[in-house]
Amino acid sequence: MNNFDYLKAGDIQDAIGKSGSCTDSSYIGGGTNLLDLMKYDLAHPTTLIDINHAGTQDAVTETENGGLRLSAFATNADTAWHPLIEEKYPLLSKAILAGASAQIRNMATNGGNLLQRTRCYYFYDANVPCNKREPGSGCSAILGYNRIMAILGTSEHCIAVFPSDMCIALAALEATVNVEGPNGPRSIVFADFHRLPGDTPELDNNLLPGEIITSIDLPPQGFSDNYSYLKLRDRNSYAFALVSVATGLELDGDIIRNARIALGGVAHKPWRVPEAEEFLVGKAASEENFAQAADIILRGATGYQYNDFKIELAKRAIIRNGMMALHPETQLPGALPSA
Amino acid sequence: MGSIFSFEDGFLFLRSIQLLGIIVIVSIDVYQCYITMLTEIVEKPGLIRSGQVSLKVNGNPVQLNLLPWVSLLDAIRDHAGLTGTKKGCDHGQCGACTVICDGKRIVSCLTLAVMKDGSEITTIEGVAPEGDLHPLQKAFIEHDAFQCGYCTPGQICSAIGMMKEGKAKSREEVKELMSGNLCRCGANTNIIDAIMEVQNQDAHE
Repeated sequence: MNNFDYLKAGDIQDAIGKSGSCTDSSYIGGGTNLLDLMKYDLAHPTTLIDINHAGTQDAVTETENGGLRLSAFATNADTAWHPLIEEKYPLLSKAILAGASAQIRNMATNGGNLLQRTRCYYFYDANVPCNKREPGSGCSAILGYNRIMAILGTSEHCIAVFPSDMCIALAALEATVNVEGPNGPRSIVFADFHRLPGDTPELDNNLLPGEIITSIDLPPQGFSDNYSYLKLRDRNSYAFALVSVATGLELDGDIIRNARIALGGVAHKPWRVPEAEEFLVGKAASEENFAQAADIILRGATGYQYNDFKIELAKRAIIRNGMMALHPETQLPGALPSA
Repeated sequence: MGSIFSFEDGFLFLRSIQLLGIIVIVSIDVYQCYITMLTEIVEKPGLIRSGQVSLKVNGNPVQLNLLPWVSLLDAIRDHAGLTGTKKGCDHGQCGACTVICDGKRIVSCLTLAVMKDGSEITTIEGVAPEGDLHPLQKAFIEHDAFQCGYCTPGQICSAIGMMKEGKAKSREEVKELMSGNLCRCGANTNIIDAIMEVQNQDAHE
C-alpha cells in the first residue's frame, strides 16, 4: 500500500471541495474494496477523503411516492436487516445477505457496493496484461482461465464481470441512483449507472470525477409477495456468483401481470432484457414460459471455453428461480436453490 | 598440531572478522536509509500527517499516534500491544482479525485506525473479565472447536457479534452467518456445535 494523506469530510459539499483541491484523491466509505485494492497496489490514491460522516447513516427513509430512499452512507447489513426493507423489498434484503460475509456487510456502504470493482483474477494480477487496469495492454482473460468471466455484453477488450449481489436486486427493482458532484446533483436510472466494457473497460460506471453517490431510491413496487434471489457459486457461502438471478413477479392467480428478471455473474453490469419480461406478462408462471424467457435473455450469449457452462446454467437458474419466486417462504439462507 | 591456531583456524578467524565488518557496514547503511526514509515520511509538512487516534479498547482508553495507512488490525496488535487478534490473509477473506467495533463485528484488516477514531473496540482479550472465560470460550474447549487455534479469536468475536445481531436461529443460519470465518484445520463442525450450545443456553435463560 502506498503512503497517502487522510482527510475527513464534514458534509457532502466539504467532500466535493476537498476532492477538487487534491489530485489523485479517492473517497473512502467502508473501504472493504478500496483498501484491498490498495494493498494489491491496484489503487494508489495520494489522498483519502473519508465520507462516512458526510451523510446520514440511517439506512432507510420513506419517500413521498410510497417508495424508500436508501442512504449511500449506511451499511449493507443495516439496509438488509431494516424492518422496512425486510417487509417491502425482501428481494433486496436476500440479495445483500447473499454477498460477502457478515463482517464485511457490517462495514461496506450502499454507495460503495455500487462502486466495487471486478474480481477478475487477471485484473488483480499486476504481472499480466489487463485493459481494465492498464488500458491498451490487452485482455488476459479472453484466452485465459475464464471460468468466472462474462458471457453477455463482452467486448474484445474485456470480459470481466461486475461482482455485486445487491446491485442485481436494485436492477430488478428499477432503482435510481442520486449523486452530487462539482456540477450539482443529478439522478441516474439504475440501468444507466454501470457500463459495458466496449473499448473503455477501465470505466466501470458513469459517475463523473468528484461525484459522490448520496442515496438510492426504490420505487413503490417491491414484489414482496413473489420474489426470489438465487446465487450459484463454487462454494455455498462467501463466494462470488458464477450466476445469480433476481426475480420479482406480480401475479393474478397463476397469471403473471408484471415480471422482473436480472442476472448477476454474467456481464460487466447487472443484466436485464425487458423483452423477456414483456413476454411473460399475461402468461402462466410455468417452467415452460420461464424457459422461453430464459432463451430470450441469453440470446447472443458467448462462452470463452471455460465459462461455456454459464449459458446453460443461467437458463436453468432463471427457470428455477422463477418457480422459487412462487414460494418465497421456502427460501434458504445464502440464496441457495430451494424447493 | 601443537599450536593453538592451525593455519585453517587462523584463516577462518580472519574471514569471520572480515564478514562481520561487512555485515556491520551494510547494517549501518540500511539503518541510515531507513531512518532517512522515515524522517522524510513523517516530517514532510502538509503531505503526510500522523495523527492522534483515540480508541477505547476492552474498556481502556488508548491514545495512539498513527500514520494514516495503519490498519485497525495493526494498531491493535503492534501499537496497542494486544496480539490476541490475528492477522491471517490481511484481505478480509479469512476472518481471523474479527473484532467488535461499536457493537458490530468487523474485519479489522480492512479498515484504517484513523477511520475508527473515538470507537469502542472489543478484542478476544476483552470478551470476559480477567481470569474468567466467556461461555463461548468454555464451549470451544468442551467441543474441541480448534486445533491450531489461529482462527479461534476471530471465530469467538464473530460469534459474539452474530448472537448480538440475533438473526441466526437454526444451525443452517448459523453456518451461513459464520461463513466469514475460515478454519483450515477442519474444526468447523465443532465450532458450529459450540456456538449452537451457547445459543441454546441463552435461549433458555
